[in-house]
Amino acid sequence: MIIQAENPVVEVHNLSVTYHNKPVLWEADFSIPAGNLVGILGPNGAGKTTLIKAIMNLVDPSSGYVKLFDRPLDEVRPRVSYVPQKESVDWDFPTNVLDVVLMGRFGKRGFFRSWTRKDKEIALACLEKVGMQDFQKRQISQLSGGQQQRVFLARSLAQEADLYFMDEPFAGIDAATEDSILKLLLEMRSMGKTLLIVHHDLQSAFEYFDWFVFLNTRLVASGPKAEVFNREILQETYGSKLTLLHTISNLLTKEGLPMRDETDLE
Amino acid sequence: MSAFWIILTGSLVAASCGLLGCFLILRRMAMIGDAISHAVLPGIVIAYIFTHSLDSLPMILGATSVGLLATFLIELVHQKGKVQADAAIGLIFTFLFSCGVILISSWTKHIDLDADCVLHGEIAMVPFELWITESGLNLGPIAVWKLSILFLIVVGLIYVGYRPLRLTTFDPQYAAAIGVSTGFWHYLLMGAVSMTTVLSFESVGAILVVAFLVAPPAIAYLLTERLDHMLLISLLAGLISAVGGYALAAALEGAIAGAMTAVLGIEFIFAYCYYVYLRK
Ligand SMILES: Nc1ncnc2c1ncn2[C@@H]1O[C@H](COP(=O)(O)OP(=O)(O)OP(=O)(O)O)[C@@H](O)[C@H]1O
Ligand SMILES: [Mg+2]
Repeated sequence: MIIQAENPVVEVHNLSVTYHNKPVLWEADFSIPAGNLVGILGPNGAGKTTLIKAIMNLVDPSSGYVKLFDRPLDEVRPRVSYVPQKESVDWDFPTNVLDVVLMGRFGKRGFFRSWTRKDKEIALACLEKVGMQDFQKRQISQLSGGQQQRVFLARSLAQEADLYFMDEPFAGIDAATEDSILKLLLEMRSMGKTLLIVHHDLQSAFEYFDWFVFLNTRLVASGPKAEVFNREILQETYGSKLTLLHTISNLLTKEGLPMRDETDLE
Repeated sequence: MSAFWIILTGSLVAASCGLLGCFLILRRMAMIGDAISHAVLPGIVIAYIFTHSLDSLPMILGATSVGLLATFLIELVHQKGKVQADAAIGLIFTFLFSCGVILISSWTKHIDLDADCVLHGEIAMVPFELWITESGLNLGPIAVWKLSILFLIVVGLIYVGYRPLRLTTFDPQYAAAIGVSTGFWHYLLMGAVSMTTVLSFESVGAILVVAFLVAPPAIAYLLTERLDHMLLISLLAGLISAVGGYALAAALEGAIAGAMTAVLGIEFIFAYCYYVYLRK
């Protein structure tokens, strides 16, 4: 089920990506409305990272195109922020936390002007938002995995964008911090920002996200929570893993959302 | 006087190589200098066939562009061909080097050029190749002039490009996502490395260039946690080895290039001890 948005901020048209002639993302076609917290869900290898990279123009699609704010990416880059999976960089690089967060300001400031007091204030404020204000001078190799992830989040926030693509921003983050960051993301949403988040925890996804994109090489579903977060679609996305489906059915019943085929769950 | 020229030559090479080497080792491409220095051979030979001279702008340009071609081919084989980066480097540089050898043996039979004389400069010879103007004015060794210009280019590149080079080295994906051309900075850096390698090889020889590209940055990496400090320490480590190496060679009456490299080794041991026992 694919529900298209009116006045979308993200439009993905017929997007396919192949690696070595093997399709890993197949004709994805969906759109996302503004001011939503969007979960991109799917099993490992489903093509979630690939989808985000294709949207950010980091891999070449074999077909299709993407529009952000009704424009090609190149025209709106300052309004778009990207959080890569943290494994994509070398954390032994000689630099400290504040410097990494300040990298988020390059989009606005450019490379050739020095940082203003405002840039530094914003960077510090963003560190505070992710609870890392005490680590600003810390060498990045001396951070735990979850702390590294939070630094990446802070860098993205420092960009002050309108549209965020985050690839597993909560990987390795403890429950309390995840909770406070999710609240922060909700706050950003209420300011009209749109956030697309690759996420693996169905429980918190269900609790916080309002729109879902379900992927498994092809696009299984895209739409508001009430329309697409149901048993069939989850089953289609993840296959029928019973334990998982039980958790979900409990969730859905609790929320009083439509459950189909209640009987064959038992 | 010749001591002064040799130390100055060594220092200039050490400085240019040390600065660029910092970015190379952080990009895990430390040995690319070695590869480029061999890969540029066909460029040198072709330029030589056209100009019949060994120290000319065309030769530097020929070598630099083949150096760039080499880095391009390495990227291509690595990215598209699923070959690991170090294997790709080995593959491409031996291929290009052998092209150069074939060119030399088949096209330049009657010309005095062999792989050795192209690739193996000798730092002790620097003071004897002077730039003397037509009016007979002695302007000092040619190598010092060339290497000074090179040093200014390298410093200029790093001064202007410090932030984009740092960003594209640390997180190329994020850099690309905010619209920075990672390819542009990669090839600019590699162009500078090619030019540096060619000019330095010609005047100070093989081991010393590779040593200066790798050792001072490796030493600096152990001593600091900041890239700007790393660049400065790398410069300093290079200078110490140029001066100390000359003194050592004089004392032992040994080879200068070897002595400079040996001093780098000693510096590295000290840096390593500091890293292991003292750094918090
Ligand atoms: N550079 C690459 N070369 C070849 N195949 C790749 C490459 N990157 C990803 N793939 C393949 O593409 C498929 C999709 O990968 P992708 O990283 O998009 O999955 P994902 O949904 O992000 O998974 P995860 O939840 O594990 O992060 C996988 O089958 C993977 O093996
Ligand atoms: Mg992924």
